[in-house]
Amino acid sequence: MTSTASLPRRRTTGIAARTAKKTLWLLLTLLGITLISFFVIHLAPGSPTDTETTLNPLAGEAARKQLETLYGLDRPLYVQYFDWVVRLLHFDFGNSMSADARPVLTKIAERLPLTIGVNVISLLLVLLISIPLGIITACKQNSLLDRLTTILVFLGFAMPSFWLALLLMLFFGIEHQWFPVSGLTSLNFSELDFFGKCADIAAHLALPVTVYTIGGLAGMSRYMRACMLEVLRHDYILTARAKGLPEHAVILRHALRNALLPVITLLGLSVPGLIGGSVIIESIFALPGLGQLFYAAVMARDYTMIMGNLVLGAVLTLAGNLLADFCYGFADPRIHSAGGRT
Amino acid sequence: MMRISAFTRFTARHIMLLLGLAIVFFMSLAALCAPIFAPYPPFALHLEHILEPPSSQFWLGTDRLGRDVFSRMLYGGRVSLWVGFVAVGISVSIGTALGLISGYFRHWVDEAVMRAVDIMLCFPSFFLILAVIAFLEPDMTNIMIVIGLTSWMGVARLVRAETLSLREREFVDAARLAGVSSWRILLLHILPNALAPVLISATLGVAGAILVESSLSFLGLGVQPPTASWGNMLMEGKAVIEIAPWLSVYPGLAILITVLGYNLLGESLRDMLDPRMRQ
Repeated sequence: MTSTASLPRRRTTGIAARTAKKTLWLLLTLLGITLISFFVIHLAPGSPTDTETTLNPLAGEAARKQLETLYGLDRPLYVQYFDWVVRLLHFDFGNSMSADARPVLTKIAERLPLTIGVNVISLLLVLLISIPLGIITACKQNSLLDRLTTILVFLGFAMPSFWLALLLMLFFGIEHQWFPVSGLTSLNFSELDFFGKCADIAAHLALPVTVYTIGGLAGMSRYMRACMLEVLRHDYILTARAKGLPEHAVILRHALRNALLPVITLLGLSVPGLIGGSVIIESIFALPGLGQLFYAAVMARDYTMIMGNLVLGAVLTLAGNLLADFCYGFADPRIHSAGGRT
Repeated sequence: MMRISAFTRFTARHIMLLLGLAIVFFMSLAALCAPIFAPYPPFALHLEHILEPPSSQFWLGTDRLGRDVFSRMLYGGRVSLWVGFVAVGISVSIGTALGLISGYFRHWVDEAVMRAVDIMLCFPSFFLILAVIAFLEPDMTNIMIVIGLTSWMGVARLVRAETLSLREREFVDAARLAGVSSWRILLLHILPNALAPVLISATLGVAGAILVESSLSFLGLGVQPPTASWGNMLMEGKAVIEIAPWLSVYPGLAILITVLGYNLLGESLRDMLDPRMRQ
């Protein structure tokens, strides 16, 4: 009686302790990231006031001083950082230091849905293609399909995403004019009905999504194949085969679940790459997403905006890691028992 | 007859290695001997031949200032390879040093280094690289340093893992008993045995650095015109993609082939040198 009652409780406290430790560590990491970014960005030459003063012949030193006081840039750096962190704790990212001086959070919130949407759609496509491909190439090792996939994977790894984008624009956009090559909507967007609007956006996103998908495909299908090969080597697969299970049951029920575990982790780890990639792809296709916002902020030395983007990127990355961790624990019972013991 | 079959067997088994070596060799040769191979100087303007498609006179066409694309690609290769090598040199030095120290001394040193690695891995590093380069005035030196400083984590982890296992081996114990100092053990006994993973990740790192450099240059934040780099040639090509598509094709092909070469070489080195990673 006591043993059955205490077992689940011990397990929950184990998980709770692990989660608390993990959360604390995540917060520390986040703090470290903000610390490094803040000082690197503020100590680098140039200032947000440049575009409005140094580059403007009508503005003198007095105007610069005035702007610096307005932005609080005349204070010592550590005071600025402390102030920034305190405001961050209230989810206040400050106002943009550009001509469009709305709150950073508002400006990011306008751009975020597009970037996240495009990335999620492409990730789903990547998983949809690479998981079956990984399974087949692992089961039929050294077959023609496997060799062909290996070649494509190497090409995929070496393909610069912006070049792929240019080639797709050239072929589908300019040569055949099947898809529009830039922007999110056509000029007559406001005149379209609801379905017309959806179709218009889908057509504009077709090429960017293709670039993202091909970019992610190589790594994911390669990884899926490697994980599958690793799992197929284990004794429990031999057992499953020995007890006479049909091959598809062995592969899909016994092997796949275990092979998917590392893939989940890879998904979590791929978040920073996706965010970085959005700068390039959004600038090529002129998509009004987060990457484009960041690029403009960097060019204008808009400190609050850059910091806001970096924090958001770091939070998304950490959330990806945490989610991967969580899914991992959820899908793999061995992690529960390990957590219960500590 | 015997020798021929042995040769074909070797070729078949190491096709990846040979292909990678060939690409790396020819690309390096083309870059090193750019002044000899290039039909024209990279900045020579042929104003009467603006935006000409590939022809016998200009093998890969000309750009919007009438410069020869093929010659500029040869010189661009120098830039890409140089940036790749120096950036990897920096990242491998940092990664190896930190990996050795944290694997050998363990305890709080190890803890600190590995936490730093975790933090760096959580950085949206391309964002940071972009911001820093834009602030520091984009030039080659800055790009190499920044790429190097943001890509040492993988090497550090590999070297640490290798050091952790090497430090328990008998020859290290023997050296310690003989009174050899820790630093000497690290440099003379552990480092030489941990070089295989370093070599592999350095080769793959060159490919990665070339990709980052060309992305930066494509965004206009890398190597600045008029100096040619494959990335900024593509950036200039994109502006005239509708009338001169060849400008958007060949420099990208050069990036693809070079990166492919280093990846093939790195992967086949891994297969040969690191039996644990063999599939």
